[in-house]
Amino acid sequence: MKGLAIIPAFNEAKNIRAVIEDLRSFEGDILVVNDGSTDDTAAIAKSLGARVISHPFNLGIGGTVQTGIKYARENDYDFAIQFDGDGQHRGDQVFKITELVKRGEADLVIGARTLPGGYKMGISRWFGSRIFHCLIKFLSGKTIEDPTSGFRCYGKNTIRLFSRYYTDDYPEVESIITAARSGLRIVEVPVLMRGRLSGHSSINRRKSAYYMIKVTLALVVDAMRGRLLAEEY
Amino acid sequence: MDLTKVVSLALGVGIFLFVFWLVKERRLREKYAILWLSTSAFIILLTMSRKVLEVAALSIGIYYPPSLLFLVGVLFLLMVTIGHSVSLSRLSETNHKLAQEVALLRKQVDREREKREEAELERLKSDEPKRLGGREDEGKQRKTVAG
Repeated sequence: MKGLAIIPAFNEAKNIRAVIEDLRSFEGDILVVNDGSTDDTAAIAKSLGARVISHPFNLGIGGTVQTGIKYARENDYDFAIQFDGDGQHRGDQVFKITELVKRGEADLVIGARTLPGGYKMGISRWFGSRIFHCLIKFLSGKTIEDPTSGFRCYGKNTIRLFSRYYTDDYPEVESIITAARSGLRIVEVPVLMRGRLSGHSSINRRKSAYYMIKVTLALVVDAMRGRLLAEEY
Repeated sequence: MDLTKVVSLALGVGIFLFVFWLVKERRLREKYAILWLSTSAFIILLTMSRKVLEVAALSIGIYYPPSLLFLVGVLFLLMVTIGHSVSLSRLSETNHKLAQEVALLRKQVDREREKREEAELERLKSDEPKRLGGREDEGKQRKTVAG
């Protein structure tokens, strides 16, 4: 089976080496999608033997992940994982999200931050996550404990779907609804994560109100679009 | 309910549904939709209670409430237009970069193709004698057919 690790990276020169080295045990190709970084992210990734695609300017996390997914589709990969460039995700947890996709038992696997490992989520982030959990449950009937997690594995069908429909900003939650209304099998598995190695989260306080409203609107509208048939993507 | 109330309520609800539909059809991004959905919510709110406008106007010393409405409306549209100009500037900059990127890539692809063609030509030249012989034969045959 041909696998691809998609690493979205924007100015991650400090973290990217550790991230790629962390993925050394991954059986498959490593693709760094450089989202218009102004530092040495691309050069460092190349020197470590990763494939690198660079956007001419910043597109945002959604467009960056989707570039990787489109690459996976064009080059006929059987599955792809999304592995953040900031060092939150752990290489030793990858097997947990790829297993079900490899066995053909799931189309989209989400790695949920587990609490026993002591993952500390800020109160506002936890609150937002709970709201999306309830909205997803109401709109699609799926129970997803950690809808904002970006640690994911995409099977062939999901690669096809997301290379067609994937939103630009804050895509994680909305993509669950898109996958659900396409009848894809979504499974969540518990994984361990770390705090960020360096840098700041892409969502600060000022943006979080906009984030909540935007994602809520997108979820409701997307759920209203109705069933997506396989021929449509 | 008087006529103005009915008309403005219909306007508010109409805008709300139209914007929602535009998003559903993927013709309008959520980012901009939020702005217009809140505008329509504001219109509906003003329709529901004329008191809101009156209290707001009087509290800042405007004695004819509708003029506050015009003031707010004009300022709002001004802000939106400036916002759109900013978006347009950003878009034209990215467009500019994209065009240059594509032009440079095309140049690179052309150069690669030329290199390949030259290499092909070199290869053909090296086994030219054989091919030339072949062509002469063809010419003779054609002549015979014509004669």
